[in-house]
Order: sequence, then C-alpha cells, then structure tokens
Amino acid sequence: MAVLTAKNVTKRFGGLDALQKVDLEVKEHAIQSIIGPNGAGKTTFFNCITGFYNPEEGEILLENKLITGLSSDRVTRLGISRTYQNIRLFKNMTAVENILVGMHPHLKSGMLGGILRDSRTNRDEKQALDEAKRILQFVGLAGKGDMMSKNLPYGAQRRLEIGRALANKPRLLLLDEPTAGMNPSETQEMTNFIGHLRDSLGITILLIEHQMRVVMGISELITVLDFGQKIAEGTPAEIQKNTRVIEAYLGRGAASGLSEATA
Amino acid sequence: MTNKSTLKQLFSAGLINGGIIIFLGLVGMIETFSQRDIVSGLVSMGFILLFLPFFVFGYSIAKKEPDQSLRTVLFAGGLTGLVAGFTTALLPILGQFVNIRDMFMNASPTLYSILNFNQGIYLGGLILMIVSGIIGALGAGFLLIPPRLRNAFLQAVVWTVLLGLMRDLLIVMIARWGAISYIFRWIFASSGLTITGALVIFFLVGVVYYWRSGKKQDLPVKKILSKKQKNIRFGKLVAAVILMLLLPQILGIYFSEILDNVGIYILMGLGLNIVIGFAGLLDLGYVAFFAIGAYVVGVLTSPEMGVIQITFWQALPFALLASVTAGVILGLPVLKMRGDYLAIVTLGFGEIIRLLSLSDWLRPYLGGTQGIQRIARPFIGSLELKTQGQLYYLIVAAILIAGFIAWRLKDSHMGRSWMAMREDEDVAQAMGINLVATKLSAFATGAFFAGLAGAIFAAKLSSAYPQSMNLMVSINVLCLIIVGGMGSIPGVFVGALVLMGSPELLREFSEFRYLVYGALLVVMMLVRPEGLWPEARRKLELHESMEPDALPNDIPTVTENPAG
Repeated sequence: MAVLTAKNVTKRFGGLDALQKVDLEVKEHAIQSIIGPNGAGKTTFFNCITGFYNPEEGEILLENKLITGLSSDRVTRLGISRTYQNIRLFKNMTAVENILVGMHPHLKSGMLGGILRDSRTNRDEKQALDEAKRILQFVGLAGKGDMMSKNLPYGAQRRLEIGRALANKPRLLLLDEPTAGMNPSETQEMTNFIGHLRDSLGITILLIEHQMRVVMGISELITVLDFGQKIAEGTPAEIQKNTRVIEAYLGRGAASGLSEATA
Repeated sequence: MTNKSTLKQLFSAGLINGGIIIFLGLVGMIETFSQRDIVSGLVSMGFILLFLPFFVFGYSIAKKEPDQSLRTVLFAGGLTGLVAGFTTALLPILGQFVNIRDMFMNASPTLYSILNFNQGIYLGGLILMIVSGIIGALGAGFLLIPPRLRNAFLQAVVWTVLLGLMRDLLIVMIARWGAISYIFRWIFASSGLTITGALVIFFLVGVVYYWRSGKKQDLPVKKILSKKQKNIRFGKLVAAVILMLLLPQILGIYFSEILDNVGIYILMGLGLNIVIGFAGLLDLGYVAFFAIGAYVVGVLTSPEMGVIQITFWQALPFALLASVTAGVILGLPVLKMRGDYLAIVTLGFGEIIRLLSLSDWLRPYLGGTQGIQRIARPFIGSLELKTQGQLYYLIVAAILIAGFIAWRLKDSHMGRSWMAMREDEDVAQAMGINLVATKLSAFATGAFFAGLAGAIFAAKLSSAYPQSMNLMVSINVLCLIIVGGMGSIPGVFVGALVLMGSPELLREFSEFRYLVYGALLVVMMLVRPEGLWPEARRKLELHESMEPDALPNDIPTVTENPAG
C-alpha cells in the first residue's frame, strides 16, 4: 500500500517550471530516494509535499487523504515530517528544547495550563521530557540535551534534526541530503542509521541524496529528476544502467561512451 | 614601532575624539554638567564628561595596537589624546576670532574657560593638550592592568560617580531615618560627596568587587538547577519582593512618584518582552494597547463622559478585554508580515489609535485634546488608593502577577513555540506549530499587560490625555527591553530602572535626555548587545567566543549543493 502518492505535480516559479507533472509513489516501510543534478527540483518537490509550496497542478495524497493546499503545520500533524538540506535547527535553543518543539503536535497543554501548572500539565510536561530524552538517546545524543544546538558538532546537528523530525511521530520521514558535508566514515554511519530508523520504528523514508554510494546502498526504489521532470524510476541496479540518467549527470557524450563501453 | 597606517589611525581617532568633545560643548552639556559636583569642589560631572572621552579613546586605540608592549601602548594613547586635546583647543581659539555664538548659543565664555582651565586660549590650550595626552596615555595603560583589577577599578569609579550624582536624593532619603542618618552624613558635602566619602566609597566598592570576582563564575549555560540552587534563587526572589514592598517606606514620597512611573514601564516592558523578546515580533505600536486600557477605564468610570459610571474594579476587566481584542485585531492583518514590515504596520496602528483619541469625530466619547478627567480611583474596601505610595502597591501587585505569568509562560509549551517561531518561522510551522494561534497569543498577552498598565496609569493620574499616548512611549519600552536584555525578565526591571528611573533622578539633565538615550543605545549595541541582565541563552548567542565548545569539531569540507 502506498503511503504517499503524488500525481501530476507541477510547480511554476514565474516562467520556470520547477516541477513538471511529476508522479511518485512511496510504498509503506520503504526507503526510497530522489536523485538528480543540481536544480532538478528535488527540494521543490519536498516543499510541495510538506505544504511549504502549493503546487499549481496535481495532487498529493497521504494514505488516500488529499494534502495539497494544506498549510505545512497541518501536513505535519497528519504525519509527514522532514529535515533540511542546510541544517535548520532552532540554533539558540537547547537540544532537548528542539526535540520538544518537534513534539508540538502531541502536546496538549494550553496557555492557562502553562501558567497555572496544574497536575495534568506537569504530568504531560514530565512525560514529554522523558520522551525527548529517549529520542535523544535514540539518535545518539544522550547527555547532550542541555547543550545549545548550535554548539553541537556538525554530525550531531544532523542527527538532532532527524530526532526533531522523529519527535513528530511521522509515518513518512523526508530526509533532504542527510549526509551532505560528511566524510566517508560519517556517511557510512548515517546510512546505517537510516536503515536502523526504518527497521526499528517501522516508518517510511523518502530521501534526497547526492552521494551515489548512499543512494545505491540503501534505497529500494530510486526516482530521478532532471529539469523538473521525472526521467527514470527503478531499482538501484536499473538506474545505474539507465542511459538517460547517465546523460543527465555526465552529459550526452559521456553517456554514449559509457554505453558503448558496457555494451 | 608604529608605522604610517597606524599613525593615521591614531590621528583620525584623536580628531573624532576632539570632535565629540566640541559637540558635547556646543550642545551645552559640558557647561550644564559642570555645575554638578561629584566630589565637592574637586570633580564635577562636566569634568568627567570632558575627560572621559580621552580615556576611552586612549584605551580603545591601544587595544587595536598589534604590539602590546608598554611603550607602544602608551605612545598610541598619548598621541591620540594629544591630537584630541589639540582639536578641542581649537574651539576657544576659533571663538576668539569669529563670533560663532549666533549659530551655537552654547559657545559661551564659560565653556571656553572650562576648556582652558581659566588660563586663556593659548596657555590654556597647551595645558589642555598636555592633560589630554596624559589621560589618553593613562587610558592606554589601563589596558595593561590585569582584568580583575581593571574591573574592580571600573566598578569603584561607577559607584562613586552614581552616589555623587544622587547626593540630593540620598540626603532626603537618609534624613527620614532619624538617628541612623548621622552615620552617613559625613559622606555628603553641600554638593556631591566629600573627598573622604568619595575615597571610602571608591575603596570599599573596589575591594568588595575585587574579592567577589575572584570566585569562579559558572558559564552561562541553561542548566537544570539543583535543589539547593533553586532554594537560593527562591530566597533571592523573596528578598527582592520584600524589598520592593518596603521601598516607598524607605525612600519617601518623591521616590514613590518615580517608582510608580518606573513600575508602569516595567509592566509594559514585561508585555512587550513577550511579543519581541520571546516571539520575535517587532511591535512598534505598543502604546496603542496602553491607550486602549487607559481610555476604556476613563470612559467607563468618569462622570464626565456620561455613558455609564462604574468603579475602577468593574471597569478593569472591560479594559483588559478591549486591549486583548485589539491585540488580536492587530495580529490578524500582520500574520504574514515579518521583520521590518511588521514594525511599520504596528507603528501605523499605534498612530491610528492616538489620532482617534485626538479626533473631533470621537470627541463626544473620548474628549478630544482635552482627554478624560475625573477618572475613578480604585478602592480597596473603603480605602481609596490615591497617594503615590498607595498606588505603588497596586502597581507592584500588577507587576508580580505579570512577572509570574511571563516567567511561567517562558518555560511552557507556548513559550517554546514562541521561541521556535522567533528562531525560524518556516521550520516552526513545519514542526506543526500553528503560526496564527501562536502569533495571536503573543500579541494578546502583550496587549493584556499593556492594557493593565494603561488602566492603572489612568487611575493614577485620574485622567487620560492623547498627549501621553505618543510614539515615544512605544520607543521607551522598546529601549528598556534592549538595554535590559531581550527576552530576559529581570532585564526588564533593570532596563526600566536605568532608562526611566535615572532621568527622573537627574532632572536638570532632562534636556539632554534623548541625546543620552541615543548614545547609550549605540554604546550598548557595540559593547554589550545582549543587554545589562541578559537571558542566559542570549548571552551565548552574542558572545560566542566565551564558549569553549563553540567550534564544531568536524567542519564540513564539502560545500553543500544549492537547492536540488
């Protein structure tokens, strides 16, 4: 069963078609990837899914529920959460506060509860704090909860951002280049972590990734975008052989040369 | 050795320094301030104003010197002071030959004789240059003193000057204490401090501060406090509240009036601090809610308006409701706006409310330029709160409630949402935060406090005028938050005391009030942007070098790709 279905999604910026009639289906418990050269529209597509952009045409469904046109907080409440290509933590809040903000949709205490601190609010807050600490532990940041998030090392910031997204208890997690700026060993660690995420939490993951090693190693299905259009879709093995994909990445000459060599 | 480019720097610093002193002289500050003694017959406020710039410039120019040896540092500071002194000395010489009083009415012979030490323009100019050179070099040499001693010295000087400035008020205050007052009498001369008094204060503060700064201070990290620390903090808070309750008894009637004004600004500051400090929404029309609170109480309680006439306590809920509603109504159209645009719209909103209160159209209801008179004062039982001392307790009660609410909200679910919104609005929304509700709640809470302040203000004056609802109120509240420390609750108290209390204490300087304000804000932004009593996290934000962990241990080597 598909967790996410995108049909015919088109997004225009002035005269530029950032996305043209993109179709995508993400299966339950899958790890799927979107790849493509710079400017292919990958992040734009994420922004359309999360409601940050409203696509001009097409529709996006989360488990058969139409989510196009909803604001991003509504989409999040329905079970999609994301991370960002350039880390966007709440820099001047502590790690644990970042997670607590991520848990926002599940906290019910209102303003009055916050002022009066009745027993229910206190209990909820205590539970939330315990849960936040568990999440920190899960992403490998146990004991770092009181650190300003901007003072964390780069890799830890990436993990914290994932932790914040997980705090939303999403059904679908969107990761935008989770290994950007990482060295090979950190990349390997992150790749393993993404697999572990899916297996232990039973969620579905859609990621944008540039490092082929990560993409090929982890994804069950890969979608390739180029100039806003879907040019290929398939398993890692299929994508590796696809001449249009090679063309898009390396240029026409390279593609023909390569296909001759493999032939 | 000093090379050519640094020489140029020294000269330009000296010129700027001289220019500043000439400016201060021509606006009349030096002359006015020289009538105010700090140490009787020895040091006047004008004296400090004249020589402080030499010292500061000497210090800061020496700080920039790459070579920190005693000789280069002293040379740099001394030369800067010399140039500054020379520039300053040119003013009396110019005044001798050209009549500049037509344009600058403060360029008086008195000013010249202050600048020349009464020694005529040439000899006096020479003395000024020598003195300024020495002071500049002293300022530079100050850099080489160990920081702990330096800070103790600074504190000692600041306290001595403050106490000297407040002499007249302190005398009135201690006179109330009866027999105990004689213990303190010898500190104060007929104007300013006695020399012995100044020396005692100076050394006392210096030694105490030096001793205290020796204790290791914690890094300002947000920490979960232990039980004992919590108890200590609670104890301090209780002590502060008790002090607040006793203040009018200790200080007397004149102070009560000042305290009332400061208190009303604290109340507004607590509200605006939620809007700007917590939620990051720059609201420049904050006075609007204050005005609404004041006018609603006025209309409902004054017999002049003839609509209805109820008591203050009955009118108060309506005033608060009206302010909160206005907060929400203002919030709705500006939901999509950020930063500068939000500031401009709110600024307009504040003006609209003021103009409405002035308008002929609403004159039958709001009294136009005349405002509303005979507003009812609050009663407690059969006691009418009408003296400053009595109203003070009403204000303190309101502050305690507002402070408690602000403090609780800060660490609550809502507080975190506000903070997240301040940090990054888009991401906050993507985390499931409903921006509409979150923004409106910030505006509404801020408006609630301002409405409360306005209602009390109206009752205190027993009148409400459009003139007291002007833009400067908004600006003052904003300034006190900035000076105190954005997002910091104790900062609001400190900021209000400094900005609203000090001009009241130094009445004769009031014509320079906004000049001093402006200078203070500029200096604050340059030297201590986090405010006088900053929120812990804000301190980290603006002084990152203090934090040893600030550097990430693995900086990304690959530059990230632009949006895919």
